[in-house]
Formats: sequence, C-alpha cells, structure tokens
Amino acid sequence: MIFEFFPPALILLIAAFLGVISRPTARAVILLVAPLLTLWSIWSLPDGVVLTTRFLGYPIEIIEVSPLRRMFATVFTIMVFAGVLFSFRTAKNAELGAAVAYASGAVGVSFAGDLITMFVWWEMMAIFSTIVIWCGGTEASRRAGIRYGIMHILSGVLLKIGIEGVYVHTGSLDMSVLPALNMSFSTIHTWAPLDVDVWILLAGILINTAAPPFSSWLPDAYPEASPTGSVFLSAFTTKTAVLALIILFPGQQVLIWIGLYMVFYGIIYALLENDARRILAYSIINQVGFMVCAVGIGTQLALNGAALHAFAHIIYKALLMMSAGVVLYRTGLRKCTDLGGLFRTMPVTCICGIVGALAISSFPLTSGYTTKTLISVAAEQEHLVFVWYMLAAASAGVFLHAGIKFPWFVFFQKDSGLRPDDAPWNMSAAMIFFAFLCVALGVFPQPIYWMLPNDVIVPVYKPEKVVFYLQLLLFSGLAFFLLLGYMKRTLTITLDLDWLWRVAIFNAGNWGFDQITRIRTGMEKAMVGWLKSREEGLEDLSERDGFILRATSATGLGALYVMILLTVYVFVYYLD
Amino acid sequence: MAKKPEQPEQAPGHDHWLVRPENIRKLWIWSCVVLGLTVIAQFFTGSAGHLGGPDQWFAFPAIFGFLSCCAMVFGAKVLGMILKRKDDYYDF
Repeated sequence: MIFEFFPPALILLIAAFLGVISRPTARAVILLVAPLLTLWSIWSLPDGVVLTTRFLGYPIEIIEVSPLRRMFATVFTIMVFAGVLFSFRTAKNAELGAAVAYASGAVGVSFAGDLITMFVWWEMMAIFSTIVIWCGGTEASRRAGIRYGIMHILSGVLLKIGIEGVYVHTGSLDMSVLPALNMSFSTIHTWAPLDVDVWILLAGILINTAAPPFSSWLPDAYPEASPTGSVFLSAFTTKTAVLALIILFPGQQVLIWIGLYMVFYGIIYALLENDARRILAYSIINQVGFMVCAVGIGTQLALNGAALHAFAHIIYKALLMMSAGVVLYRTGLRKCTDLGGLFRTMPVTCICGIVGALAISSFPLTSGYTTKTLISVAAEQEHLVFVWYMLAAASAGVFLHAGIKFPWFVFFQKDSGLRPDDAPWNMSAAMIFFAFLCVALGVFPQPIYWMLPNDVIVPVYKPEKVVFYLQLLLFSGLAFFLLLGYMKRTLTITLDLDWLWRVAIFNAGNWGFDQITRIRTGMEKAMVGWLKSREEGLEDLSERDGFILRATSATGLGALYVMILLTVYVFVYYLD
Repeated sequence: MAKKPEQPEQAPGHDHWLVRPENIRKLWIWSCVVLGLTVIAQFFTGSAGHLGGPDQWFAFPAIFGFLSCCAMVFGAKVLGMILKRKDDYYDF
C-alpha cells in the first residue's frame, strides 16, 4: 500500500492519540490544528478511488471520494474543530481523545469505498462514542453507556452479517447502491438469500439512525454524557448512518415511512420531556427522520436535500447542545422544572441557543430553511401529497418542540432565581462560530450547494415560499403560547419501547432464573434424600447442598490428567 | 482584591424589562400584528402550493400550522397519560 494520499481519518486518529498523551496546552494545540490539517487533506483529494489495498484477500478501497462524501467529511471535521474549541478547557483528557477518535471513525466511513472499510470505521465510532458517554462520570452515564454499547454491538453484528451475505451472494464489497428491498412479505419463503442480506444490512444501519423500534438508545444515552461530550455525540453516529443510507439505499420507499415515524416520534416525545438535553436528543431523531424520509423519496433533489440538511443539522444541533451544555456546566441543572429566566445573566448562551432553535425550525435566513425546504420541494415534485402534508405538519412541530420549547423553558418561562455567569470565552467562541454559520448558510447557502451537483438545487427564496414558512412557523408559535398551560413540565419520563428489554424481558428473565433455581434446589434435595436413603456412605453430603456432582479426587489430580491429555494431543499433532 | 461589582441583572429581585407585565402586553400586540402581516403578505405573493389541494387556499399555512400543533400537543397529552412515569422510574 502506497500512501500517495494520506487518509484524512488517520490524521484525526493520530491527533487523538497524541492529544491523550500530551500536556493540556499541547493537547489543545494538537486537537485544534488536527481538524484544519484534516480539512486540507479532504479538499486535496481528487474524486474517485484513490487508495486501495488487500485485506485477507479482499479488495479494500480505503478512500473513495465523491462530492457527497467530501461534504460529509467536511462537516464532520468542522464539527471536531468547534467541539474541541468548546470543550478543551473543561473536558476530561480521555473524553477529548475519545471524541476526536470517534470523529475519525465518522470521517473514515465517509470515504470508505467498500463495506469492510465502512464496517471497521463504524465499529471505531461505536467503541469511542461509548467511552465518551462513560466520561460523563456518573452512575447513570455508566449504565447508559452499557445500554448504548449493547445497542451498537447489535448494530455492528447485523451490519457484519449483512455485509458477509452480500459478499457471498454478489461477490462484491463495493459500497454502492444495493439491490432493491424485497417488500413482498407474504411470499417471504420464496425470497432469495440476497433479499435477507440486504434487509439485515439495512437494519444494522437503521439502528444507528435511531429508527424504530430502536429509537430510545439516543435519548437514553446522549443526555447522560458530560456537557461537552453530548456536543460531539450529537454530530456523528446518526449522520454517518444517513450517509450510508444515501449511498446504499437511495429511493427505497420503506424509508419514507420510517422517516415520517421518526419525525413525529421525536416531536411527541420531546413535547412530553422535562430534561432540556433529552428534548434536544429527541429532536435529533426528528431531524434525522426528515433525512431518512428524503432518502426514501430518492430523487436527486431529495438526496441532495438529505445531505445538505445533514450538513446544516450537525451545526445547529451542536450549537443547541452547546447552549444546553453551558447551562448544565454553569448551573448543574438540566430539568426544565428547575430552570428558567437565565436570559438575564447568560445573554450569549441564550442568543446562540435561539439562533440554533430558529435554524432547527427552518426559519427563513437560517441554514435549516435553505436545506430542509429542498426535501419538501422534492416530495412536491414527486406528487407525494400525503408525505408533503406530513412534512409540513412536522415542520410546524419542530418549531413547537425545539424552536420555542427549548429556549422558552430554559432561558425564559419563570424566574428560577438562578443567576449563573455566561459561558467561558472558549465556549462562547465555539457557539458564536456555529451561530454565525447557521445564519451565513441561511443567507448565502451557495458554498454548501456548490459542494453537490448544482443542477438539482431549486431556489428556496421565492416570496411565496418564504411567506408560507413564516405563516406556518409563526402560527405554530401562537399555538405554543396559547396551549402553554397544557405543556406544564412535570418531574416525569416517558416510557418507550426500551421498556420491553429494560423492564419486561429483564423481569421475565429474573422470574425464569428464580424458577430454575427453585427446580434445581428441589431436585438436589430430592437426590440427597434418595442417596441418604441408599446409605451410600456419603455421610457429609447433606452439608454440601449444591455440590452433589462434586468430584471426590483432589484438584491437582485433575490438573495432572489435563496435562497428560494435552501432552498426548501435542505429540499426536506433530506426528501428523 | 476588590469584589467585582454585581450587575443589576444578577440581583435576585431585579425586574428585567422583558418580564414587566406592560411590556409583555406590548409583545403580544406586536406579535399579533406580525402574524397578521404574514397572512396579508399572501395577497401579494400568491400561494406556494403546487399540489392542487388545500395547500393553495388562502392562509392555509397559518391554519394548518396552528391546527397541527394543537393536534400534536393534545396527542402528546393523551400519550403522556399512558406512558408518563416518575423520573426515578428506572433507578433501581
């Protein structure tokens, strides 16, 4: 393998390692310079497959470049820069290193030209993101990290099975459009093996988008990370999954319905939520739902819309997470019932939070508007009437649950009596940088439009369209304030499908073990009684309940037998 | 070292202009004016709808946005009655 082009992901991975072993000042310099070098590396790569090798006899394409891949890698890297700037003074050493390594996984997936390379970087992301959650340092984050890790191991296993199946049945590992999903479930017994492989691979990817029924891992885990950790977590996992969907499954109609489910799931659960960071976590699922739906629509405009929306989303969601993170960092509080009135002493955090909230709501002149509108236009062009109405309703719902609810309950609402200081300078700088990008890409979106084929972008600043969105959003705001009494926050959580494995299956398993223990104890007692009645000469057996099958020979003798067996085995092996 | 003078906003009882009732009333009035203007603006821009249905009606986005938000709030309320638990539900 000749490193004609150095993999951008490796720059971040090496920087993460160097950062962990460096002193704080050097660490900050390394981790702030590394994303800049990575950006240079990304933009110096030509289109096409530029780095190949062989691994276990398989052809591996470590770097395949296309405008789409370059765009995702670019925003992931910008995210690293702003994330490090936000967190380098407060984050733990391990957290910062793990977060940058996690980002390297996302950049690696972006350029993966084959499914094996994608899988390797995918697993890197799973490992390091779990570490980021554990760096929350609380018992809740430890538990949430374990649940998160299990879910992503499941995703990895499904992905691996799917990849192996696809290779066995097509002979190709190329990361390109896979065969259409077989939707005829009534004749599932007639499916070709490849049909099953493709579904399994899709399931592995969809887990990472937080699609149903596995949506709950995201709002379960992300809010348990540290104030700085959740900023990184909001950016990479779900968006790499969106990129994988765009590349592998464009136009698969099932994704439209999965996306719409995610859109409304995010809104409804966020409306019921009391934890400010969990509200934002639910809104990630909501926004990723828009992207998944766009991938399902599958036209070039829809796919461009999904990609551009992912770009904008990473920036405004990180900005919102930063805003909530500063509040948690300054007050130690994250529940809406405890917060309120913080605009008095946290103007920078409040204004940046509002900019992020307007961007997520797709308000005209923000990045959300110039990207998400393309998805609605794509639905309109394909005459998907129901989908278009649902997306319009969801746009109103986004303003309701994230656009107003988050800033209102955190910064206004009531006077909680809290008078915390505003964000430290580095956190303010990171927030202002991202707030600037939210507005800049809303006013002048051409830089990101130019990253993708230009002929499939439609103009979004038509007067009638602007008026449409202003009416839609402002009247949603009116609904919010008129219905405020119905949205009073309570000290509650909302049960999700994870209740099945966290409570129902857990309790059923415990009950099952109890029954097995009872049966075993009963059988042992019965056997001891039977042996005693036979007067076998095992006088002391009754004192050793649970050890009736115990050997009477010494342990050393057992070890000797094993050693002799192994010696004979080795001898026979070499005779062969 | 001299103590940093406290900003008036940091005083617990400080009455910020944004929370005074008379200003809140003004905010409501101006917000309603803006809402009205967005609807009136549709006279000049025309409809953005291309689907040939209610999307082309006058003030459709305003009504649709308002009603769909009401539906989501009440829908969430009903779901909450079934699914809400105390926030220490999983702490065991």
